[in-house]
Order: sequence, then structure tokens, then C-alpha cells
Amino acid sequence: MIASLGLILLCQLVGEVVVRGLALPLPGPVLGLVLLLVLLLLRDKIRALAVGPLAGDGTGSIEGVSRVLLANLSLLFVPAGVGVVQKLDLVAAHGLAIAAVLVLSVVVTLLVTVAAFVVTSRLVARKREPS
Amino acid sequence: MSASPFSLWVYLAQSPLLWLTVTLVVYAVTDALSLRTRRHPLANPVLHAMWIVAAFLLLTGTPYTTYFAGAQFVHFLLGPATVALAVPLYQNRWTVLQAIVPMLAALVLGSITAIVSVVMLAEAFGLPRDVVLSLAPKSVTAGVAMGISESLHADPSLTAVAVVLTGIIGAVIVTPLMNRTGITDFRARGFAAGLAAHGIGTARAFQVDPLAGTFSGIAMSLNALVTSFLVPLAVTLLIR
Repeated sequence: MIASLGLILLCQLVGEVVVRGLALPLPGPVLGLVLLLVLLLLRDKIRALAVGPLAGDGTGSIEGVSRVLLANLSLLFVPAGVGVVQKLDLVAAHGLAIAAVLVLSVVVTLLVTVAAFVVTSRLVARKREPS
Repeated sequence: MSASPFSLWVYLAQSPLLWLTVTLVVYAVTDALSLRTRRHPLANPVLHAMWIVAAFLLLTGTPYTTYFAGAQFVHFLLGPATVALAVPLYQNRWTVLQAIVPMLAALVLGSITAIVSVVMLAEAFGLPRDVVLSLAPKSVTAGVAMGISESLHADPSLTAVAVVLTGIIGAVIVTPLMNRTGITDFRARGFAAGLAAHGIGTARAFQVDPLAGTFSGIAMSLNALVTSFLVPLAVTLLIR
């Protein structure tokens, strides 16, 4: 488990170093995600990589530890959300307007995204079918 | 020789132990209640944990910085959790590759919609300039959004709150909204949840369907990339 957690942190660290070093406009953890994905894909090609956290699915493996982290993803947002206590004056002044803006924007975004996905997916399927 | 209750409180209120414990215990309770209601959208564990902890801080007069000294250990895990999204992505790589074209179309249109809609609505509602700027990156995960907000000289702490609220709103409305549209493609539903409501939407999607959760995670990480480029552009074009 510790080795798996170490590998996750290592990917994030390398991501963070590369992003800062090259001044890339993307977040370090996202590059860390790409790195871990590449490692997992390489493991299937190169047998020597399949050791320790990458040995395969199990409770202490990278798969097991990632599942635990992602199963509790909601919890990780609580501290940032509690930050609302610092913004009570703003909530009093503009709270309703901000809430309305966020709700409307989320509804529109959800509908546009799901529609774009479904429509494109049907177009692709139609093209693949022999006519 | 026992310390008075007051001096014990003064000691505990300053220690990370108390606030880390409060965060975990309150969340454990709200999550158990959410499970008890069979994951009803309105029983969202983040929503209820957030206001209960916030009320506790206000009642005890504890400053947020003191609270955060303890809660930062939880907050820190947002980064590793983003890296961990590589695992479901790897496990579902064939399903994902098959849907690459619809995903890219939904990513571009959805990301633009998320930013443009919030900026235009906020301007229409007459919100002050710095609030509009702070709301612009609201659909991406907290760490990334705060970085964008900083580069715009907006208010990163307001952005963090807007991000969490957006996530909660998305997690609460996604299931009823999607059921009403009659769309049963869980790849599409999950992708929309992750794009509009980042990690909280992804947590919700994993509760509904594992495939939806995977697509939600992908949408969340891709949107973090795209939004970093789009927000500065949208802000120069839309705000005068």
C-alpha cells in the first residue's frame, strides 16, 4: 500500500516539476495522471515493470489504492467548501444572484455536453455502418 | 491537577487533531445518511458536511485558517486523487478509445459553454467584476481553478467556494435532469457530470454507475486542461 501511495505521489511530483520547469499551462496532477497511465500501459508490454505496486490487481496494488482514494473523492472537497465562512459578507450581498448564476450555468453545461456526446456518437455510428 | 475545560478547549481548538477529526467524523455521518437514503441526490454528503462544519466554526468563533491547519491533510489528497484517475482510465481504455470522437466534441462544446454561460449570466445579474472573474473557472477541480483565478488577479478563495458549490449543484441535479431527457447512455451522462461538476460530479457518477464514473473522471481531467487555456481567452473577449 505504501509503495502504491509512493508511486502516486511520485507521479504527481514529477508532473509538478515538469509543469513548473517548462512553464506549461496545465496542472501538475493532470500530467501525473498521464504519467501513471503510461506506466500502466508500459507494464503490459514490459514484464520487468510488473513489480511492487504495478504487480497486478490486489488490495495493496496501485489499482487497490486508487480505488480507495476515488471511492472517497467527495470528502476531499469538504475543507475547500467550508471556506464559505470567510465569504459571509459576499453571501449576504450577492448570495442569491451567485446561486442562480451557478445553477443556470450548470444546467446549461450539463445539457450541452450530454447532447454533444449523444449526437456525435450517433453520427459516428451511422458512418461506420455499411450503407 | 486537571486542566479546566476552557484551557483544554483552547489547546484543542488550536491543534490540527480536532479539526481533522471534525472533518472526518462529520463526513462519515453525512455519508452514512446518504447511503441510508440510497444515495438520494439531496442527501449529498459534501453539501451537508460543508454547512455542518461551517456552522460549528461560526458557533465556536474559530477562524478558517485554524480549521484549515487540520483539514489541509484532507485537502492535500485532491492532487493524488487526480493522479489516481489514471487507473479507471486504464481499466476502461478500450471503451474510452471507441468513444474518442464524441468525447472530444462534448469536451470542446461543454467547456466553452461552462465558461461563457457563467460569465454572461454573472454580468447579466450585475455582479461585481472581481466576482465574475472568480466564478469563471468554476467547473474545474479546486486546485486548478484556484490557479486560474490567481492568474486573472481574481479571488482564489472565492473561486474555491464557487467550485465546491458548482460541484454540489451538479451532483444534486444531474440524475433528475438526465432522467428527464431520457438519455440512457451512461458514457454521455457521466461525461457531462464530470465536465460540469468536476470531482463532486465524478463522485456522484461513480455512485450511479461505474462506467459513468470513469467517463466523468476523464471529462474532469480533460476539462482541467482545456479550461486553463479557455478562461483567459474568454475573459478578454467577454468582459470589457
